[in-house]
Amino acid sequence: MIEFAQHLINGFSLGSIYALIALGYTMVFGILQLINFAHGDVYMLGAFAGMYASRWLKLDQEPSLSALLAAIGIAMLVCAIAGFLIERLAYRPLRRAPRINVLITAVGVSLFLEFSGQLVFGSDPKFFPQIFRVSGEWSLGELKVNPIQVIVFVIALSLMAILQYIIFRTRLGRAMRAVSFSHELASLMGIPTDRVISYTFMLGSALAGAAGVLVGLTYPKIEPLMGVLPGLKAFVAAVFGGIGNVAGAVVGAMTLGLAEEFLVGYWAPTYRDALAFSILILILLFRPTGIFGKGRSEKV
Amino acid sequence: MTLEPKAVSATGIRSLWSWLLAFAAIWLLHFFAVDALDPYFFMILMYSGINIILAVSLNLVNGFTGQFSIGHAGFMSVGGYVAAFLTTSLRDAHPEWMTDSVLSTGIFLLSTWIGGLAACAVGYVVGLPSLRLKGDYLAIVTLGFGEIIRVVLLNIDAVGGARGMPNIPPLTTFGWVYSGVLLTVFMVWRVVTSGGGRELLAVREDEIAAEATGVNSTSAKVRAFVLGSFFAGVAGALFAHYLRYLNPATFDFNRSFEIVIMVVLGGMGSITGSIIAAVFLTGVREALRPLQELTRVDFRMVIYSLMLILLMLTRPRGLFGTRELVDFLPRALRERLLGGKKRSKPEVAT
Repeated sequence: MIEFAQHLINGFSLGSIYALIALGYTMVFGILQLINFAHGDVYMLGAFAGMYASRWLKLDQEPSLSALLAAIGIAMLVCAIAGFLIERLAYRPLRRAPRINVLITAVGVSLFLEFSGQLVFGSDPKFFPQIFRVSGEWSLGELKVNPIQVIVFVIALSLMAILQYIIFRTRLGRAMRAVSFSHELASLMGIPTDRVISYTFMLGSALAGAAGVLVGLTYPKIEPLMGVLPGLKAFVAAVFGGIGNVAGAVVGAMTLGLAEEFLVGYWAPTYRDALAFSILILILLFRPTGIFGKGRSEKV
Repeated sequence: MTLEPKAVSATGIRSLWSWLLAFAAIWLLHFFAVDALDPYFFMILMYSGINIILAVSLNLVNGFTGQFSIGHAGFMSVGGYVAAFLTTSLRDAHPEWMTDSVLSTGIFLLSTWIGGLAACAVGYVVGLPSLRLKGDYLAIVTLGFGEIIRVVLLNIDAVGGARGMPNIPPLTTFGWVYSGVLLTVFMVWRVVTSGGGRELLAVREDEIAAEATGVNSTSAKVRAFVLGSFFAGVAGALFAHYLRYLNPATFDFNRSFEIVIMVVLGGMGSITGSIIAAVFLTGVREALRPLQELTRVDFRMVIYSLMLILLMLTRPRGLFGTRELVDFLPRALRERLLGGKKRSKPEVAT
């Protein structure tokens, strides 16, 4: 029972990180119908931005919650800029091009970030500085809780709440929903679609950046290729919840995080990375729109 | 003696004779010229051949059918492992069979065939769920599949797991690699110029319109994908018996990506484009090897990815677009080569 609860906590902590990445995927897909392959690598950039920020600002000398929040803020800013640049330089010129070309470009951007990351940061794993330290563990009876996991979960949830507010309570959010409904209609209503798309990319990338720092906090080994697998898994989570659906992405990511944690804990740890893709294939076979997704009929 | 009406015989590339001639030329080279080659050059030649098979077969999926697969190395690994497992276990059971050149060649060809079929079967399982849907799921599923197959291979002890599979009998020869190339090019060319191939092109140009004219787009896409997987499996088998060592890490995402860039660079929908790009990039990889050893970073991938982005921004149809090399020749020569008739591969301007 204790072990079960332990896995539950780990699963939620992992799931909340997947959720932050999956949100970016689902937002971009909702607005452009594009699988932004480079999204996982933006998350990697976030981890490195957090690392360099905490080194230069010497945040690791006095680990505290404010140091952590500062690192997250900087990483989010860097990633928002990166997301803006990626959209502006690589995707916007192809707005009217066939989908396959945009997809190829997305793969190209992703690889470019990964391998130029290896050039700039070096390909060996780096140690993420401890910018937040808690002595000991919190214990609830026999259950030992690692406070860092709780913090990760809480920060991730608050960011999701902020995103929810932006999407459903602000003018920008309304514009984003309008653009994702139809680019043409939205621009006829006077919405600057290109700018809204830029904001969507920045918002999604900022969340991925925060996820990068949170991962650095829990698993303090970061390297330029770290974004590949979490990026793919987050995509699976987004499809699982119904791609384009914000709440679905969070539910899908939590489910995936828990499923992975239980697979590793009870059954077959070596097949961890294969799980997400098996889930993806099953969803595509049985319910391609995901749990919360609505089917879209194709119109000519 | 009665005069029979003379059948209109195909000439040029359409006639079977020209293909048989090419086949004969390959084996002449195999027996008389190849031994004199510099070993390093010979190695590049062999890898070029394997890469041509991979690029041309991927072009069938990515170029002619307009789907985006980025897991070709996964299918290659299935074919390679299955074939290598067959030949090594037969060799271990009956070592004397491998000394007999006819028997060992027979075993090799049969294993290669079975490897290709295994890749086909896996391609069907992977392709069907993702190709049923409209949209870009194939890309992510094939990417994921490439990872799964690697994890699975790492966990199968019979093929060595993470240690890899050493000591595979050296059965791949110049003749067989280029016979494979010829077969792949011939098959893909015949498929895309056939009625069924038109369905593939129709799906690429507009899936909804194709469906409206009665094309079963799922079936067309799956057919192209399965055939592409078959040749990837064959290439894997050739690769396994040339290098004589297999390791799951050889078939990682970078390998798949290398094949994608060959297709994109050569032109999606151009067979000759893929061939030229495959040879060119195989050479480039060797040329960049010193630089890579110097910087200890996969420099190639930075260049490839930049190349891919710039290609898409400036020349999205690749070097050749959907045209073939012969389209650039003077008209008289072209008609001679193509057999005098208007060539049947339709040009699509978009």
